[in-house]
Amino acid sequence: MSRDSERSRLFTRRAVLIGGAKIGLFSLLAGRIYYLQVAQGDKYRTLAEENRINLRLISPPRGQILDRSGTPLAINQQNYRVVLLPEQVEKLDLLLDNINAYVPLTDSDRRRIGRDIRNSNNLNAVLVHDNLTWDQVAALSLHTLDLSGADIEAGEVRSYPYAESMAHLLGYVGAVSQTELDEDQPELAIPGFRIGKSGVERQYDAQLRGEAGNVQLEVNAHGRVVRELARNEPTPGRDITVSIDVGLQQMVQNRLAEEESAAVVVMDVHTGAVYALVSHPGFDPNLFTYGIGRQDWDRLNNDDRTPLLNKAVDGVYAPGSTFKVVVSLAAMDAGLLEPKGRVFCPGYYELGDHRFHCWKHGGHGSVNFIEGMAGSCDTYFYDLAHRTGIDRIQTMAGRLGFGQKTGIDMPHEKTGLVPGRAWKMANRNVAWQPGETLVTAIGQGYVLATPLQLATVAARIANGGKAVRPQVVARIGADEALSTSWPSLGLEPKHLALLREAMSAVVNEQIGTAYGAHAQDAAMTMAGKTGTAQVRRISTAERAEGVTANDDLPWKERDHALFIGFAPVSNPRYAVSVVVEHGGSGAHKAAPIARDILVECQKRNVAGIG
Amino acid sequence: MTRLSAAEHLGLGDKLRLLNWGLVLLIIALGGIGVALLYSAGGQNWRPWALPQLTRFVAGLGLMMVLALVDIRVWLRIAYPFYGVMLFLLVVVEIMGHVGMGAQRWINLGFFVLQPSELMKIALVLALSKYFHGLELDEIGRPAMLVPPLLMVLAPVGLVLLQPNLGTATLLILASGAIFFVSGVRWWKFVIVLVMVAAIAPLAWHHLHDYQKARLTTFMHPSADPLGNGYNILQSKIALGSGGMFGKGFGLGTQSQLQFLPEKHTDFIFVVLGEEFGLVGALGLLALYFLLLAYGYMIALTSRSHFGQLVAFGLTTSFFLYVFVNVAMVTGTIPVVGIPLPLISYGGTAMMTLLIGCGLLLGISVHREVRISRTGISEL
Repeated sequence: MSRDSERSRLFTRRAVLIGGAKIGLFSLLAGRIYYLQVAQGDKYRTLAEENRINLRLISPPRGQILDRSGTPLAINQQNYRVVLLPEQVEKLDLLLDNINAYVPLTDSDRRRIGRDIRNSNNLNAVLVHDNLTWDQVAALSLHTLDLSGADIEAGEVRSYPYAESMAHLLGYVGAVSQTELDEDQPELAIPGFRIGKSGVERQYDAQLRGEAGNVQLEVNAHGRVVRELARNEPTPGRDITVSIDVGLQQMVQNRLAEEESAAVVVMDVHTGAVYALVSHPGFDPNLFTYGIGRQDWDRLNNDDRTPLLNKAVDGVYAPGSTFKVVVSLAAMDAGLLEPKGRVFCPGYYELGDHRFHCWKHGGHGSVNFIEGMAGSCDTYFYDLAHRTGIDRIQTMAGRLGFGQKTGIDMPHEKTGLVPGRAWKMANRNVAWQPGETLVTAIGQGYVLATPLQLATVAARIANGGKAVRPQVVARIGADEALSTSWPSLGLEPKHLALLREAMSAVVNEQIGTAYGAHAQDAAMTMAGKTGTAQVRRISTAERAEGVTANDDLPWKERDHALFIGFAPVSNPRYAVSVVVEHGGSGAHKAAPIARDILVECQKRNVAGIG
Repeated sequence: MTRLSAAEHLGLGDKLRLLNWGLVLLIIALGGIGVALLYSAGGQNWRPWALPQLTRFVAGLGLMMVLALVDIRVWLRIAYPFYGVMLFLLVVVEIMGHVGMGAQRWINLGFFVLQPSELMKIALVLALSKYFHGLELDEIGRPAMLVPPLLMVLAPVGLVLLQPNLGTATLLILASGAIFFVSGVRWWKFVIVLVMVAAIAPLAWHHLHDYQKARLTTFMHPSADPLGNGYNILQSKIALGSGGMFGKGFGLGTQSQLQFLPEKHTDFIFVVLGEEFGLVGALGLLALYFLLLAYGYMIALTSRSHFGQLVAFGLTTSFFLYVFVNVAMVTGTIPVVGIPLPLISYGGTAMMTLLIGCGLLLGISVHREVRISRTGISEL
């Protein structure tokens, strides 16, 4: 048995040896576990938290836009949409087919959904279709069994109750484009987030938008939400009160309804508050809420009357005879205008070997300043401009606000143009011709202005020469946003008084071009200046045969009708500019519109509202 | 061959008295921990895992108690036939696997899914123990005498590798190697084998399946592909590491409850413990396993029969290898090998195998005074 006991001892020895190795290996494991759990515990705790906690942003409700009396102009409406929860979708094509039975989907919808699903992080739902009708919501709810992976969500969409009449002013909101995404503005990445694309919506997007909230969600490994851990409510956007009076705005819109294409700006001569800003025809901004259809877009885009263009701010026109107020002030400022001085108008003015025609065939005869302005005598202003010179006219135009942005709180404002010697040389590479001064004096040729500039100039003349700036937004939340103090333009009060007297004569004297548009109520009467801007050249041959009447021309070749004015004459409060594209005569087309608007302003006491 | 004298028969009462009740309690404790962890992993639910596991554990425990009463000499007698049957079944599943496509490793008996590679772990220990029990020390020194046991090891290892099941093959080789070693095989022979293995390793690399290669490369660079092959081990480390000193609490492990942890009910269940009970829980479980190994060693060293010594040692070593490979894997210490955590991981076959092994161990303990001659005749 000794050999067997030796075998047993060997067994014991070696078994203990291996046992020692096992203890060593167990110690190794214990050390490893200690290292992971204690030495590196913090690191792995962080990683575990990152695994399970997901931050989802909550859209802030967009601020409303209200008119000066608090009437809502842009609001948020509940809408229902069908979305997919990527994690729960099994057969995408089949599911979309099923949805298609109740909510029609286009091929491009399907492509977009497929792309969104592939790019999704499983956390955010993918939009299938927005703005469901009640019938669609009901149909989808009934068939939820066939629609596993789809869900109906309630959300908010922008809605514009006054659709067309406010379209240009308010603008509209739209989806965030790839180029607009910004790391510093994480809310832009929220699916379905909308930002202002034009008008006040764009200009005040930052204030209207608010700040996104977030919710901390516990998610599992498949991205499914298990529970909510914490929630920071979003900060709603601030409500914005515009100085617009929706009643006046609609009255203007209605007044322009029979015109093809027109723009009107009404503002306060002292505060610059814009009471109405209309570009006709308008469009329905609600079309843009869900992305405008190709057909609607083509229709709006190819229309000669440019419904998408805000003509009041972005449209530029030859100011026509309304520009004579600039020539008058330039001449007065230079001491070259003698109010009693008379000029004989035979129906034309000769400069060198060229004959410049007055609009009145046969002429005005002998006219002084008031008569010249009232009758809009071109010959009188040819003479005045020739004596004053383009440089002074250009300077005065600039002082009054032509050729530069008014600084209104609206996007895309146009600058217009006041030509001069330097401009001509730089842009046409030819020296300024004396005849061009005469053409400029009657607001033709190169000079261009926006309806907004015209109204602003009227306001500055009416308020005694203060550099008032048009302002659309009156309040942001509860904070006043209107500036109220304006620097002086440095014009002589007596010059302005004389000009206002002349402008009153335009409307209130029988010789005035706009006498037909004087108000019935003398207390509400206005002062102003008509303008009729040619949009085509009149050839010598045509003039010899007699100028074709506007009504006989194709619409696109007819003259623009303009009027700038203010009321009441005695103590001006409201300034207006009216531009009727291809409307014919400023006196007959634009002036009556201006009168009606200014009378309405006074009747409504627009400045006293809000 | 084996003839038992009446005097050596132990009555049932004697056997129950001799039973190592400490070990039984330890096994029940481990099984209970397993059921509790599966209850947590199932989201504080008895289904889908905890209840079936409990049922199987109780059934297995019964089987273990019965086996504990079986005379050690019976095992000696049936060692080779048992081994032969298991080898045959391994061949059968191999053929069935080819017919049925894929890596099939089991035979469905209707009431029970038999996985021959699992039971082979016990059969091989028994067969090798019987072989070395019958050899004198001098004979072990003769290389020729090592050919039969080597074939005994290589045949099942080859079949298991064909399945392919690298983990079980490794376990079989390591456990067998340990039995060879304690049986007295010379040091230098192990050195030669190690050198040979090192030499053919690059060759073997080419024969590995892609997923096996991926496991090895993943182990080397776990963060290279965090959402692919490295995902499991990374999430496992995050779960374990985030448990800290005292854990997140029972049922509160975010990694396991929120499905970040893969295979949390089977191979990665140790991590559920580590996450929810921290270092205290993890080391506590290791301590229990250590205690179980200590019991195994005590049984091996106190057995009067060499066969009993070898079987007890072999089973204990196998048990150790289960624990070590599993824990080392989930802690990212070694590559991913599909080995369950003994008595705790969810799964019927492994549970049965382990409880059968425990039954044998307990049986050796009960029959520790039984002496068996090299030729198999019992002596007093």
